[in-house]
Amino acid sequence: MALIVELALQCFQMMLVVALAPLVLGVTRKVKARLLRRIGPPVLQPYVDLWKLMHKEAVIAHNASWLYRVAPYVVFAVTWVAAALVPTYATDLLFSWSADLIALVALLGTARFALALAGMDVGTAFGGIGSSREMMIASLAEPAMLLIAFTVALVAGTTQLSSIAAIFINVPVGLRVSLGLALFAFVFVAIAENARVPIDNPATHLELTMVHEAMVLEYSGRHLAMIESAAALKLIAYFSLIACLFFPFGMAAGDKNATALGVGLVAYLAKVLLLAVLLPIGETSVAKMRVFRYPIFLGGAFAAAALAVFLLFVSRGF
Amino acid sequence: MSSLSFDIAHLLAGSMLVLSFLLLYQDRITAVLNVFALQAIALALSVAWQSLVQEAPHLIVTAVLALLVKGFFIPTALHRMVRRLEIHREVEQVIGSGPTMLTGLFLVALSILLVQPVRESVSMLTREDLAFALAVILLGMLMMITRRNAVTQVVGFMSLENGLVLAATGAKGMPLVVEFSVAFSILIVFIVFGVFVFRIRERFDTVDVGALDRFRGERRDQA
Repeated sequence: MALIVELALQCFQMMLVVALAPLVLGVTRKVKARLLRRIGPPVLQPYVDLWKLMHKEAVIAHNASWLYRVAPYVVFAVTWVAAALVPTYATDLLFSWSADLIALVALLGTARFALALAGMDVGTAFGGIGSSREMMIASLAEPAMLLIAFTVALVAGTTQLSSIAAIFINVPVGLRVSLGLALFAFVFVAIAENARVPIDNPATHLELTMVHEAMVLEYSGRHLAMIESAAALKLIAYFSLIACLFFPFGMAAGDKNATALGVGLVAYLAKVLLLAVLLPIGETSVAKMRVFRYPIFLGGAFAAAALAVFLLFVSRGF
Repeated sequence: MSSLSFDIAHLLAGSMLVLSFLLLYQDRITAVLNVFALQAIALALSVAWQSLVQEAPHLIVTAVLALLVKGFFIPTALHRMVRRLEIHREVEQVIGSGPTMLTGLFLVALSILLVQPVRESVSMLTREDLAFALAVILLGMLMMITRRNAVTQVVGFMSLENGLVLAATGAKGMPLVVEFSVAFSILIVFIVFGVFVFRIRERFDTVDVGALDRFRGERRDQA
C-alpha cells in the first residue's frame, strides 16, 4: 500500500511538470507582452499551439536520415526525465535516489547533443550555424554549472537533489556568500541554457544571431510539437532547480500527510509562477548580446561559481 | 564566537572580494567608480562589525573614515574628474576581460593557499579576513597593471588600500594613530594622483599612460 502511494506521488510529479510546462511558457510570454504594452496571446496559448502542431502534417526533407525523425522524441523523453526528477513539492519521493545533480546535467547534455545532431542532419546552413553556436554556449556554460554543483555539494555534503533540499530545510546553514554567488551564477547559466534574451531570443525566427530557433528551423508538425514541449520542460526544470536548491521552503520534507503535500504543492506553484514573472522582467531590461560577448557573460558566471567554491574553502579549511 | 557573527563577518568580507571582481569585470569608467564606492561601503560595514565583535570602539572611527572618505568623497571627486577630463568612454585594458578574470581567480586561490598554514596560530575569523584581504590587495594590483587609463589605475590603487584596511582590522589591536595616518596618506596620494593625471592630460592630450612610454628613452623601436 505504502509503495502504491509513493508511486502515485512520483507519477503525480512527473505529470505535474509536463502539464505545467506550457502554462509557465504562456505566463512568461504574457508578462513579456504586457511589459511591451502589447496584449499578448492568452496564457493557455502554448497548449493550443501544441494541439495544432500535433495534427499538422510533418514535412520532412528528402535527404533527412532516421536521426532527424528520432531526435525530437529523444530530446522530449530525456528532458522529461530530467524535469520529473527534480524535487518539486516534496523531497524523498520514490525515484529521488536517482535525482543526482550531476546526472541531471548529463541528461540535459544528452538532449542538447541529440538536438545539435538533428540540426546538422539536413545540411542547411541555418541548422549548422545553430548547432555550432549551441555547442559553444554549452561548452561555456557547463564548467560554470559543474562548479555550482560543487558549491552546493560542499555545503550540503551530497549531490542528491532531494537530500540537498531536505538539508537546507532542516539544518540552518546560516548566511552563506557562496550560495548567493552560486545562485547568481546559476541564473546566468539558466538564461544561457534556455535560450533567453541576453543570449538568444526565443520569440524570433528572423534574426541572424538566433541559436535555438536556427537548429529547429526545419522541423514541423508533431516533431516540432515534441521539440517545443521539450523546451518548455527544460525551462520548468531549471525553475524547479532554482526553487529546490536555493529556496526549498514549504516543501514536504517529513512524513507525507495531506496538509504537508498541499502546502508543498502551493509553495511550488507560487515559486514557479514568481520565477515565470521575474524572467520576462529581466529579459525586457537588457538588450540582446553579440555572439562574441557570450564568453564574457558566461565567464562572469564561471568566475562567480569559482569564487563561491573558494569562499567555502576559506571558511572551512581543506 | 557565535556562528551568526562569524557568518556576517564572512558575508561582508566576502562581498568585498566579490566587488573587487566586479571592478575587474566592469568596462565603463563611471560603473567602475560606482563599484569602488560600493566596495568602500562594504569595507566600512565590515570594519564596524569587527568593532562590535572585538569590542574595540576605536574601530568605529576607522569605519566612519572609510565610509566618508572612500565611500563618498573620493568617488564624487573622481566622477567630477572624469567629467572634466571628458573620458566617459570604455575602460581600455591591456589584456582582455577573460584572461584578467582567470588571473584574478588564480590570485584568489593563491592567497587562500598562502594563508592556510597559519591556521593553528590565529582564530578562524582572522585567518579568513587575512585571506580575503590578501586577495583584494592582489586584485587591486592586477587592476593597476591591466588598465591603461590613469583614472582606473587610481581606482585600482584605492581598492588595494581597502584590502590593507581589511587586513589591519582583522588582526586585533591596530592603534588609532596608524589608521589616521593611513587615511590621511591616502587622501594626499589621491591629491597627488589628481594633479598628476591633469598634468599628463595637459601634456599628452590623453590619460592613457601608454603615451608616457615614448618619453622614457628605453624603447628605441618607437619614434
